[in-house]
Amino acid sequence: MSRDASLSRDEALRGDRTIASARNVASTKPSVGSGWDRPADLTKDPAIVPQLAETPVSEHLRVEIEGYMARYPERRSAVIPALHAAQRVHGWCSPEAMRQVAAVMRVTPAYLSSIASFYDMLNEEPVGRHAIYVCTSVACHLSDAKRVFDAIAEAGADLEDTQIREFECLGACDMAPMASVDGRYIGPLDVSDAHEIIAAVREGRAPLPGRGLEDSDQRVPDRGGA
Amino acid sequence: MSGNVVRLLEHLDEPGLAEIDTYERLGGYRALRKALFEMDSESILAELKGSGLRGRGGAGFSMGMKAGFMPQGTMDKYLCCNADESEPGTFNNRVLMQRNPHLLIEGIVIGAVAAGANKAFIYIRGEYELQAGILERAVAEAYDKGFLGEDILGSEHSVSLVVHRGAGAYICGEESALLDSLEGKRGNPRLKPPFPANRGLYQGPTLINNVETLCNVPAIITNGADWFKQLGTEKSAGTKVVSVSGSVQRPGNYEVVLGTPVREIIYGLAGGPPEGRTVKAFFPGGSSAPVLTGDDLDLTYDFETMAEAGSMLGSGAIIVIDDSQPLVPLALRLAQFYRHESCGKCTPCREGTNWTVKMLERIDAGEATPMDLEIMAQVQTNIIGNCLCVLGDSMAMPIGSMIAKFRDEFERHIEQARERNEAALAEPLGAGELAASGFSGPA
Repeated sequence: MSRDASLSRDEALRGDRTIASARNVASTKPSVGSGWDRPADLTKDPAIVPQLAETPVSEHLRVEIEGYMARYPERRSAVIPALHAAQRVHGWCSPEAMRQVAAVMRVTPAYLSSIASFYDMLNEEPVGRHAIYVCTSVACHLSDAKRVFDAIAEAGADLEDTQIREFECLGACDMAPMASVDGRYIGPLDVSDAHEIIAAVREGRAPLPGRGLEDSDQRVPDRGGA
Repeated sequence: MSGNVVRLLEHLDEPGLAEIDTYERLGGYRALRKALFEMDSESILAELKGSGLRGRGGAGFSMGMKAGFMPQGTMDKYLCCNADESEPGTFNNRVLMQRNPHLLIEGIVIGAVAAGANKAFIYIRGEYELQAGILERAVAEAYDKGFLGEDILGSEHSVSLVVHRGAGAYICGEESALLDSLEGKRGNPRLKPPFPANRGLYQGPTLINNVETLCNVPAIITNGADWFKQLGTEKSAGTKVVSVSGSVQRPGNYEVVLGTPVREIIYGLAGGPPEGRTVKAFFPGGSSAPVLTGDDLDLTYDFETMAEAGSMLGSGAIIVIDDSQPLVPLALRLAQFYRHESCGKCTPCREGTNWTVKMLERIDAGEATPMDLEIMAQVQTNIIGNCLCVLGDSMAMPIGSMIAKFRDEFERHIEQARERNEAALAEPLGAGELAASGFSGPA
């Protein structure tokens, strides 16, 4: 396959397979094994590092990413915070978001794709700006978390721009079963809380006031026969 | 010595403890001053070694020894605080970071001085947004007061500290995967040796310690190694914050003296299982630890006793399973977790977790035979020790222990599910069910 002859050897080495064109077709369902399942488009040249001058990036995002790059001895360490920042702006790690981060960080979009596909909190699909993670891991499983998840998923079935998914142990087994709503930990949950949680997300307020991890009056009640 | 004490969790309910003024008022950063002006790195290391402080993250290696492996020289050296706390059942680091962030920062700076490190990082899991924010504010306060940065408090020591947020990957709690992730790569474990003390972050010497380990450091410096050893057993000195969860009435974090009987932790502190239930099994150290049974409740909770019992203290998370909880769905949930979190680098782990899930699904659905249990147990032994890191082992050990200790329950589950299936087949289908099943009759 041909490479652009004007590419310096350095850039060519850094170049990798382009993020497959299939990526442009937005699927509404989160893919399970993204990264492994999509073939590279071999008819295309590898995507090179985009030029910052030719890539429109908002001043705010560029400054934020450059700030992250300056924090580390090597700029590449900033990929996770940079992708997080781009995801906050774009709602997901869209091809456009990746190009912007790539241009600022001087890495290939493929490199960023290799990162975004690895980490659960970075989305290469437009799964929604808001995230409801319901923990169904071991400790929550013992508290019947699956029923809580099903109730929340059912109540929020028509909720737009929101990702509702089972998540691995979120490190709050003292409030099991629990969920993280846009980073706010709430629990212990009951099936009957599902509608209130979804209503809160719909109206843009913090769900279950007083029952979040940061609420000073949050106390985990005794359970069972107590 | 009774179980419940407060060393690490002291002052935890003090309002505003996360702010530097409150922390200093309660005696904070005095240990750092002592370390900087009354001690040198050798004497700090000697104190840490003498205290017998063992890593609280899972491996239980002596912290002083580990810090002592760092080479001499003037190159950049790194200290990484592992705050990726992703082990199912574990939430003790969370409460320490959220309530008492300056204790961790003080421990990091002293640890860095001891190891000669000049650049420190806290790798905190991405889901801990609240705690990351609290830590970032605390780090900024510590910089302002001169506890971090160049020439700390006028000494010749300089330590920088960056709070780095992960993005949701269990494997990044493995120390070499953590380093790769911090370098901006996929979190794949590295081949060891070289060990991080020789070639770690950015190929430089690196010391990696868990949050709770580092939180123990200031008190050891203030009170001395002998004070630390007053509590605990000969090989497991000090206290441990234990996260108790699952089928207990009062789940939560409890600080206990190492060597406390497990029964006292589960029943005395956490209130035991719900009324009328008994403990069938428990994970003594996070979901990666082989399960122990109700017969093991009188063992003492320390590194050596748990290891002798064929399990481990791990991350100090006790997950209790009462006798009403079926084990097969739990094992399946566990295996699904490790399948999802396997980074895919080593074949035994990638394939082994996947096939274990498939076999457990078959068992749960009643499509398995008791022979499948043999095969599954064999798959587990083929994973253990054959990968770059212990993620695969972390599934293989608990699943293997469940099959070994509760084989009759697995067999009963297979048999009952099979009988259910046969009964369903034997029922003649009504016309309505026929239509619902999509059967449209002969074409």
